[in-house]
Amino acid sequence: MQKKELLLGDEAIALAALHAGISGAYSYPGTPATEILEHVQSKAAEFGVSASWSANEKVAYEGALGMSYCGKRALVSMKHVGLNVAADPFVNSGVTGVDGGLVLCVADDPGMHSSQNEQDSRYLARFALIPCLEPLNQQEAYDMTREAFDMSERFKTPVMVRIVTRLAHSRADVVTGETKAQNALSTPANVAGYILLPSNARVQYDKLVAKQPALEEYAARSPHNRICLDGDRKVGILCNAMAFNYVREAFGDKIPHPYVKVGIYPTPMGLIRQLVEAVDEIVVVEEGYPFLEELLSGVVGVAGKPIHGKLDGRVPRTGELNPANVAAAFGIALESPYTATLPKVPGRPPALCPGCPHADSYRALKLAAGDFPKVPIFSDIGCYTLSFYPPYNAVDSCVDMGASISMAIGAAHAGLHPVTCSIGDSTFGHSGMTGLLTAAYEKLPLTVFILDNGTVAMTGTQDTLLTGEALVKAVIGLGVEPEHVRVLSPLPKNLEENARIIREELEYKGLSVIIPRRTCVQYRR
Amino acid sequence: MKYDIILAGVGGQGILTIAFMLDNAALARGFRIKQAEVHGMAQRGGAVYSHLRFADHEVISDLIPRGQADMILSVEPLEVQRYLPFLHASGVVVSSVHPFKSIPDYPEEKAILDALLELPRALLVDARQIATSNKIPKAENMAMLGAALPFLPFELADFDPFIQAQFERKGDQVVQANRAVLAQGYRMGTAVKERLDAGMPADAAWRETQTLL
Repeated sequence: MQKKELLLGDEAIALAALHAGISGAYSYPGTPATEILEHVQSKAAEFGVSASWSANEKVAYEGALGMSYCGKRALVSMKHVGLNVAADPFVNSGVTGVDGGLVLCVADDPGMHSSQNEQDSRYLARFALIPCLEPLNQQEAYDMTREAFDMSERFKTPVMVRIVTRLAHSRADVVTGETKAQNALSTPANVAGYILLPSNARVQYDKLVAKQPALEEYAARSPHNRICLDGDRKVGILCNAMAFNYVREAFGDKIPHPYVKVGIYPTPMGLIRQLVEAVDEIVVVEEGYPFLEELLSGVVGVAGKPIHGKLDGRVPRTGELNPANVAAAFGIALESPYTATLPKVPGRPPALCPGCPHADSYRALKLAAGDFPKVPIFSDIGCYTLSFYPPYNAVDSCVDMGASISMAIGAAHAGLHPVTCSIGDSTFGHSGMTGLLTAAYEKLPLTVFILDNGTVAMTGTQDTLLTGEALVKAVIGLGVEPEHVRVLSPLPKNLEENARIIREELEYKGLSVIIPRRTCVQYRR
Repeated sequence: MKYDIILAGVGGQGILTIAFMLDNAALARGFRIKQAEVHGMAQRGGAVYSHLRFADHEVISDLIPRGQADMILSVEPLEVQRYLPFLHASGVVVSSVHPFKSIPDYPEEKAILDALLELPRALLVDARQIATSNKIPKAENMAMLGAALPFLPFELADFDPFIQAQFERKGDQVVQANRAVLAQGYRMGTAVKERLDAGMPADAAWRETQTLL
């Protein structure tokens, strides 16, 4: 029975996967993808599916692949930079192919609302020769995710559904459908396909390449790729999914020029060729990198037909699209009666919450470090990165999940002492343990802070896999001397005592791990 | 027929709860909806906003185009200014009078409020007074929602089920208190709207309606 529901883009994807008969969903929290697994979790019992957080995106992807190996359908979701972590299984799962339907939903973050870059996952799909669906609204997010599972089983390939922040975190009315029964448990007919020894992998890679014409044909015939040759042919418009909304909005719904809207990849080359032949010049509008534009421009461009877009500055190269900057690309100015008279409004960046344990940890660390020449704090991804802002001015780096400890290793090799780094408990479980293992094996002089607030705070207090005494045991198990594993209670009243302990460990010419432990103030509120 | 509304405030002020209520009320009345919001890092005390669009036809973009918003509904006065370029010339501003001074360079409070009252259709709300007088200080956002309702195609009673759904786990007293705050905000909004509709400037309407609290 059809039903109309109000859903975030993320929730539409989760519900579609449940209705498509998944047996499990996998993820690691990351904005703007977090709500996908959270929504599956909220209905896991009702649908009889597994849905728990993995230690990182690579583990999540491999879990989904293992479920597919057993003939069952699986959803794996992550933010765009999470796919860098999962790139190894992602690319290789294209080579193995799949059994049960395997759909990866990856949420890109143009404009970097909550991310360190705005990379475009369509490049990774093309790189791995994996098809990609790009919904332009919540209804398509639902419909395309269901379709992606069918495609995955039909073509024996993982399928990517690429969304962006504005769709992930925007709500709309969605018509939902029937629930398909889960697949039966089975084992693969072709086990060799999953054993990527070179002799097997060569066979599998040939198969992957051989699949491409069928995928190209599927994409070319799909209604998700749309061509319209009506209107003024002086200009033709080429755009991807979300960009199409802003183009429609700019022209008041009736687009006065020929256009191609791409919503499914492999890129529909034939449609783009038809458009280019019909028009005098082309404007390319894409939410993300200039992916289609670079394909179109190639090395020498199209003879006699100017191409405008992100590469020539017609559309802003960086940041997120919006109705105003897309309208401007067509010479339409969106006027406001108020912009001229408006005073400059000061920014209001996010900040550590009042009472945050991280604030007390950094106060103690800064107090202790004051006795030494400049002590850099290599840091990591999490709320604690907000300690960059005044009044803390604490951290000196934030690059990728787990980079804090590994970068500190490099600094120690370079000859710096003392060297400190800070990482949260969940980030440590995600990608910090391997760095600490390396440092312990080499007995490097580092002071590592693992800020244990017992949750994945930044993304909304999801479960952390490694906290409390289990975290202490893991640290010792990786080879850190137990007497140099110091657990602190980061409270204002303990400032002096904590600083004294930190000072001791900064002076120590070996590896120490300091664990300030206090529960996040947002937790379970 | 379409309504484009910018909801604004600071992380933790309950902007997304207002959005939840309006979304569901719009859905119940058969409108098409898109409502973009901010999750993640910004919710840690940063500026939080939501673009809420509903119409009796398809809503295309998740974001409201500059100069086309019918209303800015803000739980914080400075945050109105941040989004003013989205408002069209006859758009309505509904704002709390209480600043949230979480930044060191917060401008002078009086200048902000005076500028708001110079707008053609502005409604300032002492949301704190309404919430505390009903013994539920956290419900400032419900006072703001109530004050905005007379300008929107909804009835007060539309919100009963969503207030129930949102607050029932906190007990009946909290549900009733939120209802009372919403209703009092609604009375305030109605009183100001009558005066604005009669051609009274916003600052005079604000002064005249203070005694109603």
